[in-house]
Amino acid sequence: MTQGIDVVGLYVRDQDEALAFYGGQLGFSVHTDVRNGDYRWLTVQHPEQPSFQLGLFKPGPPVHDAATAQTLHEVVAKGAMPPLVLAVDDCRAAYERLSGSGVEFTQKPVDRYGAVDAGFRDPSGNGWKMIEASTKPESQGSK
Amino acid sequence: MTQSPELLRRLLRAKDRMDGASHEEWPIHRLAQVSAVSASHFARSFKDAFGVPPHRYLLTRRIERAVALLRDTDLSVTEIAFQTGWRSLGTFGRVFHDITGENPRSLRARERSFPHKREHVPECIMRAAHRPDLKIAVSEKRREKVIERIEPQSTEVLL
Repeated sequence: MTQGIDVVGLYVRDQDEALAFYGGQLGFSVHTDVRNGDYRWLTVQHPEQPSFQLGLFKPGPPVHDAATAQTLHEVVAKGAMPPLVLAVDDCRAAYERLSGSGVEFTQKPVDRYGAVDAGFRDPSGNGWKMIEASTKPESQGSK
Repeated sequence: MTQSPELLRRLLRAKDRMDGASHEEWPIHRLAQVSAVSASHFARSFKDAFGVPPHRYLLTRRIERAVALLRDTDLSVTEIAFQTGWRSLGTFGRVFHDITGENPRSLRARERSFPHKREHVPECIMRAAHRPDLKIAVSEKRREKVIERIEPQSTEVLL
């Protein structure tokens, strides 16, 4: 694949903490970790998804002025950033594993029409839904 | 009004806990404990952060769940009221009407009268999108309705 979405970033309050979470707890690997002065370009990858990078970026200089950075930190901490969805094969097993490793779950696994979903947050406040798709073959309207 | 991100993150934890168990009782001291702030600061801080007082937020979540149960299950209205955290059927019916503008039975009938086309949005996210918008107090909402009945005449003049 030569065209498509390559990197999508999250704002995090602390990049070391975020790396410990996404790397250590969720099992993502580091794709790029480059510093230039205060700036740090940090992206991670899901082990089964080498074509996509998740950026873990900290609001602040030189990209943001202090007031803008403060606003972004507030928005993240309030959980007001867009929804994130992690697809898993077995939601309950992943829940057991991740909650055992200290991940902050906001919702235990729930069955909804054959699919199972749970919710968790990263340390900064970004909210994830973890979804195990229904095993029933369903027609996809978008295809 | 600036609040520290550290405080906001802890307030979010209290909001998450209400989201996760809206049928439970959430007195201020319990929420304050989750957020690790004093009870006296909690309600004010929560409202500053999320725009609504914590109790009002809890009511919207309960009604949202009740609407989903009315739509998706065959549980009786009484059972739904009980499951969503109300101890009195009368209070449930009144708050439900104040927030949604209709009673539980008519909402159920209306929701079921047309097919839903939303299986391509994750259910948990769809649920948030259907959350009732409760910006004002329930009692204020009722007062506003009285005003609405008078107002149409003035808008007709404008048109």
